[in-house]
Amino acid sequence: MHESTDRHCDDHSPLEVKLYDEDDLIMISSLQHYLFCTRQCALIYLEQQWLENRFTAEGRVLHERVHTSGRESRRKLRIEYDVPIRSLQLGVAGRADIVEFHRQDNGLWQPFPVEYKRGRPKKDDTDRVQLCAQALCLEEMLECAVPEGALYYGEKKRRTSVIFDASLREKTAQTAAAVHALLTEAKTPPPHYDKRCESCSLLALCLPTVATRKQVGRYLRKMVEL
Amino acid sequence: MKKHLNTLFVTTQGAYLAKDGETVAVRIEGETALRVPLHTLESIVCFGNVGCSPFLMGSCGQRNVGLSFLSEQGRFLARVHGPVTGNVLLRREQYRRADDLDFSAAVATACVLGKVVNSRTVLLRALRDHGDKIDAQVVQESINRLGAAARRLQEGLSLAEIRGVEGDGARTYFSAFDHLIVRDKANFFMHRRSRRPPLDRINCLLSFVYTLLLHDIRSALETVGLDPAVGYLHRDRPGRAGLALDLMEEFRPMADRLVVSLVNLAQLRCDDFVCSDGGGVRMSDTARKTVLVAYQKRKQEEMTHPFVEEKMTIGLFFHMQALLFARYLRDELDGYPPVIWR
Ligand code: SF4
Repeated sequence: MHESTDRHCDDHSPLEVKLYDEDDLIMISSLQHYLFCTRQCALIYLEQQWLENRFTAEGRVLHERVHTSGRESRRKLRIEYDVPIRSLQLGVAGRADIVEFHRQDNGLWQPFPVEYKRGRPKKDDTDRVQLCAQALCLEEMLECAVPEGALYYGEKKRRTSVIFDASLREKTAQTAAAVHALLTEAKTPPPHYDKRCESCSLLALCLPTVATRKQVGRYLRKMVEL
Repeated sequence: MKKHLNTLFVTTQGAYLAKDGETVAVRIEGETALRVPLHTLESIVCFGNVGCSPFLMGSCGQRNVGLSFLSEQGRFLARVHGPVTGNVLLRREQYRRADDLDFSAAVATACVLGKVVNSRTVLLRALRDHGDKIDAQVVQESINRLGAAARRLQEGLSLAEIRGVEGDGARTYFSAFDHLIVRDKANFFMHRRSRRPPLDRINCLLSFVYTLLLHDIRSALETVGLDPAVGYLHRDRPGRAGLALDLMEEFRPMADRLVVSLVNLAQLRCDDFVCSDGGGVRMSDTARKTVLVAYQKRKQEEMTHPFVEEKMTIGLFFHMQALLFARYLRDELDGYPPVIWR
């Protein structure tokens, strides 16, 4: 099953699915950023702004560790690390930290994506959407169903299972479409200040509290009153 | 707020910088003399014969750590640019607006206004601090003229007129500048601004500090994704960092104050400089180090940013100005707010 056969979406498929061009694929991680804050997503993927703070540095160290080994193999379980994946239907590409392949009774290997996350489980759906995007990529590339995966949270040292149900799939597809629209429109949304900003790695670039329009004229008049 | 990160200045001739895990290793004669974690660095400035591994260059580019090579005397040689290229759309907007003369004039006004008002403040402070020791009348005269220049700038001038005001302002200011130096006047004086080469010690100091300033502003612009080369007051000229020079105007008086205080507080002596037979003046190694340390210290001082109204280190001001400029280009701000020191 993981023997990837070269194939294209056939034109005879009953559902006309629009496929993205390889050049237009967006990063899987952008979905997560989009759900967190649309401006953050635009700053990173449109403006290519990135600030390394303690969190992202830690995340990188963790990832570097995950990414060192390539493949592990046991009788019932094979593990691949840092697996390049993409989906032309969603228009996303990226890498999966870990894909486990579980051997089933019928002899087939069932792919099972696992994503490592620093910190603790989040209340919102962002991590689940990202994992689901990986599952959809694997489904498309390996032509099989991927019903389930898991998130591993570093702080809790615990695995949380994620079922890729219809509503999660729908949300993932919608988010991917929304990111494509944002990047095509190429306009960075204005900032809004709320409590998310405090944990945002781009806070110092985004300056959500700095007043916008119509302020500079007044500032200059005030500053040059001699 | 973004943290203030350090600048690593490497002045030891023959030193070699390499990437060692997550750190920069400074090797001198094969021995590792210093190791600095990369994530604590904002930029690296190499003076003279200092080498650098391509892997370190790559990491610097990737993480927006500015890496510049200057001659021993501080003349700009080269900069390393990484694979992260910022937002092409933002840069296109920057270029498009540079063709718009009204927009250019608006930016130029803001930059020159910042410079003129801040220059005036430098003179005002000197008058306040050393009014008894200096020719107060000459200084006061310049203050008045700079005040008039600032008012003139509010009249919506053309680019050529703005440049005229800028030139007059600089002349007025530097004509009073010599009076700000109150110690060892026989060796430290400035009769006129000279750059190529600097003809006296003060000019030599000013040129060096301006180079450091330009490096920082250029790095800040690149980090934000702007092209330091395409300016508004400073029109395109190959090899010139036009936008960096534009944003530098408001900071020049701060650099000037640093020079004045180094001299007045006797941190530099007359034999810290070498006068060549041709008349040009160069700095000794020790003088250069003294200036670098003073510059670094100044950048670590905290102040409230007058527009953003948040406390931050002066080193971060450069970055903030670059960000504010990008916002202006994206129409999130109705103008460019220069830093005006009160
Ligand atoms: S600081 Fe706030 S508004 Fe700005 S990108 Fe981050 S979350 Fe979004």
